[in-house]
Amino acid sequence: MSKDKKESVIESSIKRKYKLQANDVKVWYGDFMAIKGISMDIKPNKVTAFIGPSGCGKSTFLRLFNRMNDYVDGFKMEGEINIDGSNINDKDINVELLRKQVGMVFQKPNPFPKSIFENVAYGLKIQGLKDKAFLEERVESSLKQVALWNEVKDDLNKSALALSGGQQQRLCIARTLAVEPSIILMDEPTSALDPISTAKIEELIYKLKDKYTIVIVTHNMQQASRISDNTAFFYLGELIEYDKTNKIFTNPEKEQTENYITGRFG
Amino acid sequence: MMNLEDHREILNQSGMEMFQLVRKQFIKSKEAFLTHDSDLAEEVLHTENRVNGMDLKLDRECERFIALHNPVAGDLRFVLALRKINFDLERIGDHAYGISSYIVEVDTPVDQAILDKLDFEEMYTAALSMLDDIRDAYQSGNAKKARKVFKKDKILNKINLNSFGVISEEVQKDPKLIDQYLLLFSVIKKIERVGDLITNIGEEIIFYLEAEVLKHRKKKGPSKPSK
Repeated sequence: MSKDKKESVIESSIKRKYKLQANDVKVWYGDFMAIKGISMDIKPNKVTAFIGPSGCGKSTFLRLFNRMNDYVDGFKMEGEINIDGSNINDKDINVELLRKQVGMVFQKPNPFPKSIFENVAYGLKIQGLKDKAFLEERVESSLKQVALWNEVKDDLNKSALALSGGQQQRLCIARTLAVEPSIILMDEPTSALDPISTAKIEELIYKLKDKYTIVIVTHNMQQASRISDNTAFFYLGELIEYDKTNKIFTNPEKEQTENYITGRFG
Repeated sequence: MMNLEDHREILNQSGMEMFQLVRKQFIKSKEAFLTHDSDLAEEVLHTENRVNGMDLKLDRECERFIALHNPVAGDLRFVLALRKINFDLERIGDHAYGISSYIVEVDTPVDQAILDKLDFEEMYTAALSMLDDIRDAYQSGNAKKARKVFKKDKILNKINLNSFGVISEEVQKDPKLIDQYLLLFSVIKKIERVGDLITNIGEEIIFYLEAEVLKHRKKKGPSKPSK
């Protein structure tokens, strides 16, 4: 096998093995260094949880994967973020297409002041898709994926703002799924929800990993241990420990990790 | 609400109390048996209620600790291990009770010559030394000390195995002694079980200190350096 061919085989195997890769990533907000050289690989179809005390850089790091930090004042980044082996910070990358591939769910549900149907179809419409049957089909399948269809199928024209907080968050996830991303980033998606709604979202995340790669930031240790396959512990802009969730929550390697997850600091 | 650290220390102390209580029961059962002191044996029988009460209390406290603090990592291993250690200690208490109840029921003391032939006192002493080692290992969080009991348990197993041959031979020589030998056989079995329970406690201590599962493993030496 020629050297080039060999390298391309290795490269494609890395692509299959890891969905997301960060290589020596450093981030500054003005003079403040928020991320101090983090490298990590995230496997496809897994739930990866980012944990750590407030200000440790986990949300900043999460937002690098769909370039959400680009518009933050004073933001500067070094290093490489790859999705399926391609650097997402390359000049020829279309950021809109990137965000189609990498969906995001925020802490507070943020439905648009539109109908339930319009909320889910929104992303598709701005992509120029107008076929009514197609939109209806995609709205239904997205709402079914988040187990909201049976609750809202007779009220699709009702305002999304009339839904409960938990339903709104599931609607936001459906809106993300409608554009068929391959990665979903979640920044504390249940911190504003009651325990029942939280349980529904957690169940949903667990199911969604069959089709999507999910990265979730959470302050809830039990949530991280319940739903994630791998957990990364961040502290003061550094990645302290990254391992299988089972290992992190039963026998972490680093004392700092143990002290954090057992509530002794943070 | 009590913080996790304080609650864990209280649990640790309760575990220590259980160790001391059961150790006393076991020492008393030994003395009562060797000197055929039925008063001392009665004392063991009466104190059994305290062992049972302590067992229930510790179990409840462990459940409360889990419910209140959702422990993970070292804290989780500690509380899981303590529940099992508590169970094993309570069973050791049961064996001390069982041995003492024989003394209350049997009128004649066992001949010293028979005790010697079976290495009975040596067996009891080895079991007690194991109990001391494991208590110290628990108190000081010392996995090396906990491992000591695995070796000592072999002494108990050996005496237990030898007892079959000795008893069979001696009973054939003098069938009138069968009652004494049967009694001793039962007590030896109980002491052998105490050895097994102490070994289990050793495994639990190593589990919570080093996150290593030794259960059902023949070789129980350390497989990796301690954290």
